[in-house]
Amino acid sequence: MTENKPNSFRNQPDDRGHFGQFGGRYVAETLMPLILGLEKEYKAAKEDPAFKAEFDDLLEHYVGRPSPMYFAPRLTEELGGAQIWFKRDELNHTGAHKINNCIGQILLAIRMGKTRIIAETGAGQHGVATATVCARFGLPCIVYMGAEDVRRQSPNVFRMKLLGAEVRPVTAGRGTLKDAMNEALRDWVANVHDTFYIIGTAAGPHPYPELVRDFQSVIGKEARAQLLERTGKLPDLLVAAIGGGSNAIGLFHPFLDDPTVKMLGVEAAGHGLDGDEHAASLAGGFPGVLHGNKTYLLQDEDGQITEGHSISAGLDYPGIGPEHAWLKETGRVEYTHATDTEALEAFQLLCRTEGIIPALEPSHAIAAITKVAPTMPKDAIICANLCGRGDKDIFTVAEALGVEM
Amino acid sequence: MAPAIMTRFTDTFSRGPALVCFITAGDGDTAANLDAMVEGGADVIELGMPFTDPMADGPAIQNANIRSLGKETKTADVLQIATDFRARHPDVPLVLMGYANPMIRRGPEWFADAAEKAGVDGVICVDLAPEEDEDLGPALRAKGIAPIRLATPTTDEARLPMVLDKSAGFLYYVSVAGITGKQSAALADIKSNVSRIKQHTDLPVAVGFGVRTPEQAEAIAKVADGVVVGSALVEIVAEHGENAPQHLCALVEKLANAVHSAR
Repeated sequence: MTENKPNSFRNQPDDRGHFGQFGGRYVAETLMPLILGLEKEYKAAKEDPAFKAEFDDLLEHYVGRPSPMYFAPRLTEELGGAQIWFKRDELNHTGAHKINNCIGQILLAIRMGKTRIIAETGAGQHGVATATVCARFGLPCIVYMGAEDVRRQSPNVFRMKLLGAEVRPVTAGRGTLKDAMNEALRDWVANVHDTFYIIGTAAGPHPYPELVRDFQSVIGKEARAQLLERTGKLPDLLVAAIGGGSNAIGLFHPFLDDPTVKMLGVEAAGHGLDGDEHAASLAGGFPGVLHGNKTYLLQDEDGQITEGHSISAGLDYPGIGPEHAWLKETGRVEYTHATDTEALEAFQLLCRTEGIIPALEPSHAIAAITKVAPTMPKDAIICANLCGRGDKDIFTVAEALGVEM
Repeated sequence: MAPAIMTRFTDTFSRGPALVCFITAGDGDTAANLDAMVEGGADVIELGMPFTDPMADGPAIQNANIRSLGKETKTADVLQIATDFRARHPDVPLVLMGYANPMIRRGPEWFADAAEKAGVDGVICVDLAPEEDEDLGPALRAKGIAPIRLATPTTDEARLPMVLDKSAGFLYYVSVAGITGKQSAALADIKSNVSRIKQHTDLPVAVGFGVRTPEQAEAIAKVADGVVVGSALVEIVAEHGENAPQHLCALVEKLANAVHSAR
């Protein structure tokens, strides 16, 4: 690998949307002209100062950016090693990082003259963020959500409805995120003339992985500037949870060419990697093609996709964004995993030590930090993305802890 | 060298408009159902490879995929169904239709080799855009198997040459922007799009999506080289189970008569 090391880790994908062997455009022909059009429009938007100005303005005044960079003194003391800092993206409007991407994509949709928005959602955070921007811009919004997730995440279903979205439960398959994405693609293919599909993670056909990453990179750009200002140096380690990987790539990407900054992506190991009940596509999957891109997938020997499991509905997906697959193969980013049990312990640890209730997704990142921080010197700096707040998860956590509410 | 299997397409389409019939492998008694369709007059068989995530399919074919996988249909079973079909029907073109992941899971060469040994003439990979041809196309062509591409109402003039480049067997014109088995396109649109496509290629053009009745089939056969029927047949398999063959044969006979009347 060393001979082939790229000059930069930040110039992917190539012009056909490939991150090394991953990514690409694996969609039905009906969608191809549309995603080629989207790519063209996105390139134009990137060069348009007015687009950037509107995006930045909305992030500042509507989302509430920049999000704070917070030093966690009691957690640092408890773990007894490196300093732990949190990028507080859970303080964004709607309570997670998802809104950054939705703002960018709805501006693209409007630019393209699309009048109808569709989205898929698992835990409901991306659905809520999409419903939010649709309300803000007065566009009709249809959110596909697995029937099982509709049941598990009823508060978010109600939020979406309050915001004017139509939530369509999907009963195909096991009724989770993967099935919701299939149904959104079916809607899109039948409504290409007026519909924009706001994909929630850094996956799907090119240019989605690239544009979602770019919109989420505000996390890493802010974090880089904030840490330099506050600590006078770059962090030693970045940590983020990974489902599809949008919050992680948003944090990592601006640092990829800083060779002293190590990075750790944390997949959901569910009940453990020795069984089938996990959602760790990199650790337990193989390269394949699903939902428009080539990436690591949980699948059987015949290429049938297997269902992920995680206590976190936001990580419960059998694939991962293609740039992460490439970053794993190049060795630039290290990937590890945390089980449901470890995430639950980390969830409670952050509540207790810092007075912050994290979502179950970043609880996986915190679980990894509890292992790595004690092995690092006290002047080392870890920055983790606190990508969502935990209000939505209190029922799940109560159930897991055997608490009657 | 023109491999023998490619000539099955040429022979079939040279007789005039052809009826292309789709069912999902492993859903019902597939061998009996295939035989019934051939008996009824099907000219080309499309055998669906079941996949957990059939994103371009409507409820009828989605459910067929689920039923098939529920009975633990493996890739090896699909290939065995193809092999046995080829032994019983040496002259009927056989196409495998499905999604990329099961086709490339063991490597494209493995799949192309297995498909060739099973006597398969063509492969339709729904989610393999021409841009990603190298994932499967070269391996298929090396074995003389036709990569059959799809064109749609959204495939414009600029894009059409790329879609047609390196495609073989026939071109599958998806007549509606949508999923399988739902609405039908207006005949006038089909006619203008087929003639537009035929200005760019000598390949036969078969039209599918939303074709359910002999009347539709006959009208399309007058303006195209082939008519593809899928969901209507898959629904018969779902409804009649082990009695499906007689019902399939009856519908296919009507469809085939309608298509062949345009000859």
